[in-house]
Amino acid sequence: MTGNPLLEVTGLKTYFYLEDNLVARAVDGVDFTINEGETLAIVGESGSGKSITSLSIMQLVNRPGKIIEGTISLEDDDLLKKSSKQMTKIRGNEIAMIFQEPMTALNPVYTIGNQIIETIKKHKNLSKPAARERAIELLKLVGFPRAKEVMDEYPHQLSGGMRQRAMIAMAISCDPKLLIADEPSTALDVTIQAQVLDLLMEMKERLNMSILLITHDLGVVAEYADRVLVMYGGQIVEETEVESIFEDTKHPYTIGLLNSLPSLDKDVERLGAIKGSVPPAHSFPKGCRFADRCPHAMDQCRESNPELLSIAPNHKVRCYLYEQGGRSNGNRTRTTSKTKI
Amino acid sequence: MAIEQEQLAKQKFEKKQSNEIIMQANQIKKYFPIKGGIFKHTVGHIKAVDDISLSIIKGETLGLVGESGSGKSTLGRVLLRLLEPTEGEVLFEGTDISHLNNRKLRKYRKDMQIVFQDPFASLNSKMSVGELIEEPLLVQTSATKSERKQKSIELLEKVGLRANDRAKYPHEFSGGQRQRISIARALALNPKFIICDEPVSALDVSIQAQVLNLMADLQEEFNLTYLFIAHDLSVVKHISDRVAVMYLGRIAELAPKKLLYSNPLHPYTKALLSSVPSTNVREKREKIKLSGDLPSPANPPSGCAFRTRCPMVHDRCGTERPELNEVENGHYVACHLFD
Repeated sequence: MTGNPLLEVTGLKTYFYLEDNLVARAVDGVDFTINEGETLAIVGESGSGKSITSLSIMQLVNRPGKIIEGTISLEDDDLLKKSSKQMTKIRGNEIAMIFQEPMTALNPVYTIGNQIIETIKKHKNLSKPAARERAIELLKLVGFPRAKEVMDEYPHQLSGGMRQRAMIAMAISCDPKLLIADEPSTALDVTIQAQVLDLLMEMKERLNMSILLITHDLGVVAEYADRVLVMYGGQIVEETEVESIFEDTKHPYTIGLLNSLPSLDKDVERLGAIKGSVPPAHSFPKGCRFADRCPHAMDQCRESNPELLSIAPNHKVRCYLYEQGGRSNGNRTRTTSKTKI
Repeated sequence: MAIEQEQLAKQKFEKKQSNEIIMQANQIKKYFPIKGGIFKHTVGHIKAVDDISLSIIKGETLGLVGESGSGKSTLGRVLLRLLEPTEGEVLFEGTDISHLNNRKLRKYRKDMQIVFQDPFASLNSKMSVGELIEEPLLVQTSATKSERKQKSIELLEKVGLRANDRAKYPHEFSGGQRQRISIARALALNPKFIICDEPVSALDVSIQAQVLNLMADLQEEFNLTYLFIAHDLSVVKHISDRVAVMYLGRIAELAPKKLLYSNPLHPYTKALLSSVPSTNVREKREKIKLSGDLPSPANPPSGCAFRTRCPMVHDRCGTERPELNEVENGHYVACHLFD
């Protein structure tokens, strides 16, 4: 299903220079690869740096934020070396993005048709009638039965799910190779969420895209992703395939996250909450960024930050518990509950 | 330890078996007028809550789920009389509070509190935490300054904050901590009944779990009754004893938690439960796909409100509105399939 590497991110650091000489290390040394035809999910809580990672790929990070280090290469072509004009060509054409709140992402004073035609004309050499044809075709593709009328409607006339469909139509209008979906279903109701995510996956298959799915919802990850990155404090703490993130969880943060999730499949008397909260990005602790909240924290953890180590094929963890040749301690891994509904 | 826990659970169970009704709603309707035309005539009504009757048992947590626009928050506000019902009555411990004047109502207000979704909007940013928590005491009781201070310190410690947080302002706290402040404020008057309107949906999962655990602890300690409004079915399952599912201003299904989640009867409940993404990567739930969106509550479908999206729709659904009937012990469904 998945093929060659499409996008490679190495050593990406995006810092925000705040008042009082504070530096927020929003993304602090992130490496990952997205393969062709793959859905890679980045999970994390607010402040983990997952959205800034995606905005950095698009080079949409504004002042006071700045990409200070790293490479982002799309098919071996370093995007960080491009001029802003070249980047404009790539955005929308090679990499497209959809956002959480479609009402703020769409322009309220232009019709849906206008906005899609604008994107098409910007990137493809098409006449206006041809672009209009293409736009109608796209709206049909994303499930608008009355596509022609929707072309002349304004965003406020559509429901949340419909707006997100229109956003998807716009994003796929130029056959991008990579679609970044930043919390695409968070603002939607659960029945509509399923519709929109299923549509996204159908489009992925049809157009042979890769998807970078940014989400905080582990249920969405389990259903739709192939591989997962768990981010905490601007860094990747665990990276593995979707099955093993749920069944062979290693990092104490991921374990905590899964235990704090109420589930329809199991009954627990108390949720296993993680104590404390995410440290602000301008004052990370010296050692491991999770140490203050970690139930297994050792002296070593407060001294220095562990590296992201491979402990098994396709499984990387940033934790001292697994330092010596990837020993895995049964007590520390999460036992998956077998109770059914 | 284990025996102790067992006893606690047993006590908790017995308490919930009391069946003493704390709040009862009878045929509540809440219509919002739609104004139109040059003279701003009323041209229609948004039927946010359309004929709902339900009772809440002392000591239980009743979960109220539904998608946006289903009227769940409006129902909560009508129960507390933050909104006037268009029709129907609300009984709180046997007293009809829906027709009391404001002065008489005040006596009951202290027994009923609410915790809102967004702790960034519900706390006055110009008041210190101490002032926020002491305000209800100032309004409702004759406690002296030092008594109020003492009480606010107690409450802060109860919700997991520190006494010296009193002097701080809401912006100095994270979302989860702010929600703790909201809870402390709601608890200040020792209420009997608290409506929790999406209290954890703005929070990250690890923080959400902390707040849910706190709410469960407080319920046990102060013998509180909760109406827990949320759109997240897993959260509602975790915290509730009974669950009501709302669709377009009506209750589609109401049942004890175990029954509702193991044996949902209404086609809407089934679809809703099947759409929740599961973290079980081995066994995928079969999804029941609903076509289309929620119809407008200004113009709900005739008969059964769900018929436009229902996979099991038949002729009767268009003409006759299904009543909420009891099909098994405590399991109520409003659907013609179970008449």
